[in-house]
Amino acid sequence: MSESTAVTIDWAGLAPLVIVFAAAFVGLLAEATVPKSRRLPVQVALAVAALAAAFVAVVLNADKSGTVFALDGVAIGSVVIDGPGLFLQGTIAILSIVAVLLLAERRTVRGGDFVAEAAVVADSAADLEQRREDGATEIFPLTLFAVTGMMMFVTSGDLLTMFVALEMLSLPLYLLCGLAKRRRLISQEAALKYFLLGAFASAFYVYGMAMLYGFAGTVDLAGINAAGVGSGQPRMFLYIGVAMIAVALLFKAAAVPFHMWTPDVYTGAPTPVTALMAACVKVAAFGGLLRVFNVGLSSSAWDWHLILTVIAVATMIGGAIFAVTQRNIKRLLAYSSIANAGYLLIGVIALGDAVGQTMFYLAAYGFTVIAAFAVVSLVRDGDEEATHLARWAGLGKKSPGTAVVFTILMLALAGLPFTSGFTAKFSLFAAALQADELGLVIVGVVSSAILAFPYLRVVVLLWLNEPAPDAPTVNLPSPMAGTVVAAGVAATLILGVAPGFLLDIVDQASTFLNT
Amino acid sequence: MDEISYAPAEGLLSFTWALIALPALGAAVLLLAGRRADKWGHWIGVTTIGAAFALALGLFASLAGLENKSADLDLFTILSVGGLDIEASLLFDPLSAVFCLLITGVGFLIHVYAVGYMSHDPGRRKFFAYFNLFAAAMLVLVLGGNYFMTFVGWEGVGLASYLLIAFWQLKPAAATAGKKAFLTNRVADVGFLLAMFLMLGTVGTLDFAGVFNAVEQGNSNGAAGLSEGTSLALGLLLLAAACGKSGQWPFQTWLPDAMEGPTPVSALIHAATMVTAGVYLIARSNVIFSLNPDVQTAVVVVGALTLLLGSIVGCAKDDIKRVLAWSTVSQIGYMFLAVGLGGAAFALGIIHLLAHGFFKAGLFLGSGSVMHAMNDQTDIRRFGGLWRTMPLTYATFAAGWLAIIGLFPFSGYFTKDPIIAAAFAREGWQGWVVGGAALLGAALTAFYMTRLFVLTFHGPKRWTEDVHPHESPAIMTGPLVLLGIGSLAAGGLMASPVTEWLTPVFGEQHEAHGHLSHMQVTVATTVAVVLGAALAWLLFRGGTDEVPRAAAWPVRAARADLGGEAVNRGLFERPSRLAASASVAMDGRVVDGAVNGLSAAVGGSSRRLLALQTGFVRSYALSILSGAVIVVAALMVVVTQ
Repeated sequence: MSESTAVTIDWAGLAPLVIVFAAAFVGLLAEATVPKSRRLPVQVALAVAALAAAFVAVVLNADKSGTVFALDGVAIGSVVIDGPGLFLQGTIAILSIVAVLLLAERRTVRGGDFVAEAAVVADSAADLEQRREDGATEIFPLTLFAVTGMMMFVTSGDLLTMFVALEMLSLPLYLLCGLAKRRRLISQEAALKYFLLGAFASAFYVYGMAMLYGFAGTVDLAGINAAGVGSGQPRMFLYIGVAMIAVALLFKAAAVPFHMWTPDVYTGAPTPVTALMAACVKVAAFGGLLRVFNVGLSSSAWDWHLILTVIAVATMIGGAIFAVTQRNIKRLLAYSSIANAGYLLIGVIALGDAVGQTMFYLAAYGFTVIAAFAVVSLVRDGDEEATHLARWAGLGKKSPGTAVVFTILMLALAGLPFTSGFTAKFSLFAAALQADELGLVIVGVVSSAILAFPYLRVVVLLWLNEPAPDAPTVNLPSPMAGTVVAAGVAATLILGVAPGFLLDIVDQASTFLNT
Repeated sequence: MDEISYAPAEGLLSFTWALIALPALGAAVLLLAGRRADKWGHWIGVTTIGAAFALALGLFASLAGLENKSADLDLFTILSVGGLDIEASLLFDPLSAVFCLLITGVGFLIHVYAVGYMSHDPGRRKFFAYFNLFAAAMLVLVLGGNYFMTFVGWEGVGLASYLLIAFWQLKPAAATAGKKAFLTNRVADVGFLLAMFLMLGTVGTLDFAGVFNAVEQGNSNGAAGLSEGTSLALGLLLLAAACGKSGQWPFQTWLPDAMEGPTPVSALIHAATMVTAGVYLIARSNVIFSLNPDVQTAVVVVGALTLLLGSIVGCAKDDIKRVLAWSTVSQIGYMFLAVGLGGAAFALGIIHLLAHGFFKAGLFLGSGSVMHAMNDQTDIRRFGGLWRTMPLTYATFAAGWLAIIGLFPFSGYFTKDPIIAAAFAREGWQGWVVGGAALLGAALTAFYMTRLFVLTFHGPKRWTEDVHPHESPAIMTGPLVLLGIGSLAAGGLMASPVTEWLTPVFGEQHEAHGHLSHMQVTVATTVAVVLGAALAWLLFRGGTDEVPRAAAWPVRAARADLGGEAVNRGLFERPSRLAASASVAMDGRVVDGAVNGLSAAVGGSSRRLLALQTGFVRSYALSILSGAVIVVAALMVVVTQ
């Protein structure tokens, strides 16, 4: 068997992953070779260039459909090139560019919002010393590794590859969460919590994978799907496997009751990292969910439909209700991201009918939420972010520009017309109705109504309340954060007013390759 | 009848748009220039309207030279949806021509007068801006080539009248009057809107020609055109709109209140132009009305009722401007009566409208001159004997008085008598009723106008102590003299040429002959007028009480506007207030209760559920684990079922 083995690799299809992965290594080398003063521009330029090149590679692959690897002419489905995979890769690349720019922000906090060593005991002498230094630039290679993991996650065709991708995107993120320069202890706590719970969830994944292998005799998603119809093994393996895999993926997607890490980690992590998680990781997690359920588990849909529906309802209602009483803007956005996970779950449950609309929602939500976190990072009390909402009162009088931008973003999250929030929700719910998910859509609308309250309360706070005498200052955005906010708001408005072009794209890219 | 079509405009007539653009430009300059224009702004207003008058004369002459007597001008497309195109088109035909001349001509004189009248008012520039805006809107109204354009002008007139009536907006009465005029008009405008929707729904166009042809086809061969019910509904809806703008029953109450505006406003809006919009609308839509006997009857009833109502209330009022306002209500009633009678009477209505434009403008401006002299007092019980101190005002007012009561050979005789005759000519018992009402109205008009005239200019002086009457400056008396001459002569001069001029619009008509001959009607009217005037002369030549005395019920009823206000209060205000307080209660208890209860429930459950968020990793892990157990269990349950 061994002599005749010939592996063919579709390098062009693999290019997006290779480019970002290679750039991450080059970035690590740069840490060692480039003088400290020049590292930041080099790292930022490298990261942005790599992500842009990856995006170009994705676009060049646009019409492609197939597997990257083949053995003796037989396709091996470990990495799959198809419409949804490419679209999500492209979305991750673009959103990552925006997130990288936010990571590169150096004006709001002198030297950047990051320390070099996460593990130094908080507030010790060494910690105080490293806080005085300019921010670490290792965050850029770390981010690129995570992004590689995300892009692999949405294109992996078997559970094993997917697991590697999952760990690849998670590990750098655990580290990034602990690098905040201010409020070190909370940051370290966030990193630890995320790591422990993430490891816990990964264990579920591995166990579920083992169960499914036991059931289907393969980890290939298409193979599992085929086995769902005709396997002779006890179906118990299938059910436990589905449940375990679902738990792990829903953990990453932050669905109730696997959501509890989200508010703590979102609050503790440095805000640019939170933005990266809320936008890009969300895309990756739902990309994985879409693929697993559409490609691997659609034949057993009847079995998991009820429990996933229950989880979606709990997530939508829970996220919205939790958000209502939040007083911290980052926690509010965290719970809103949980509720949004619920809406996206509708798209997963609706399977093939809603793949395109779910992807549109992911892109629209990603831009809005990244811009929202960028604004959060700009409103500061001295050195620290003013995350308590009471401090935002009357911002419209002091900094009308920032307040207008944040108002637009809040309205978008609330789903008002002429923003991407409306078009995304509308198309997703419409698609779900096509798939006969009326009940879920009703819950989604009710949840949106509840969730509109905290968003609009922020708007009221911004415009109708008197500012406190020691109200937080708004740092005039540097080119970096300014670009992020501008890009996010522009995308929010464009996708709200003229969403047609992107809807056309997702429409064409909504078919998974069932290898 | 032949198909109705309008010839495209050529030559000078293609500049019809400038007629609107001139005053609109004036308004824009005055509003945008701000305080810088305070010193000279009013002359811009006067110049633009004067230029518009000159242009109107030129257009009039060009139109007279045309064979088909119409000029249609498409400016641009406002709206293009599906098969529907709404053009910004203008139509200059004999009907719009006479209206343009009236609006710009009389409007010009009133503008000149207002330069003097408003000279001490700090808001004079703004006043002239609104004045120009009003003229521009009114010109859009009469020049519009389709119902949409007419509606644009219609609403513009409503807006401008609101701004002008409430010009002294710090005076609560003026602010309220402006609001009342605007709201009443808006209610009636619904009729116009519905009529347009109906046209779009049935005919698919708002063009005059298209609608009229459809109505005519419907009349001659039912299947192809509009059904009888549709054109009946169209007529009634347009009538409602016309009643609102013209202050006809049941929308008459806003008109007298509108006297709260500066006096030139009363002259411009509520005598010469705005209130004539309703008459214009009916005259323009004469095809719809002529072919619907039921609608015509409705118009006749409204006209006859309003002319009586206006003249009765006019007898009981003591405010010089209010008497004139009620007289406007009554005179417009005559015009409605005329256009409702249809046929030859269409032209009679327009002629009366033109003559009325002159004499009522003169009367209003004269009353402004009197108020100017009497420290802005308006109570005729405190006037008297002014003929000696204000000879010019007296003379011009006398001209208006003679014209309105219609004694031979003054205006009203030539314009009102034929309407009364036409009313008598209506068939059957209706002729007697309507004719009798018109005749009675003429007697009452003579009575209240003579009362007004005598109490103001004759008899003993009943002035309050601090007034020192004086004649107004030349800039005010000049227009008065011109309008006075117009008042006396207009009717006689215009009667037959205007009828001929309007023939292309209303078609060739023959005078109907009914119950009484023209001679009989003339004699009867003259007798009625002389009796009414003589009675007033006898009663009031010795003056009157300085304050109103308690009086018998008919006088009390007339002083209370014959219940118009009471009806409004009972029929609209009280139910609205009740509905408002009911919905406030509903909102407070039920809606707010539900909303607050809901939000309390959500907030409470939010706080309670958040207790789960302990911050300990172990409890988070427990949550994940229990979630996993539930998922597995649920899968089992689903499967085993």
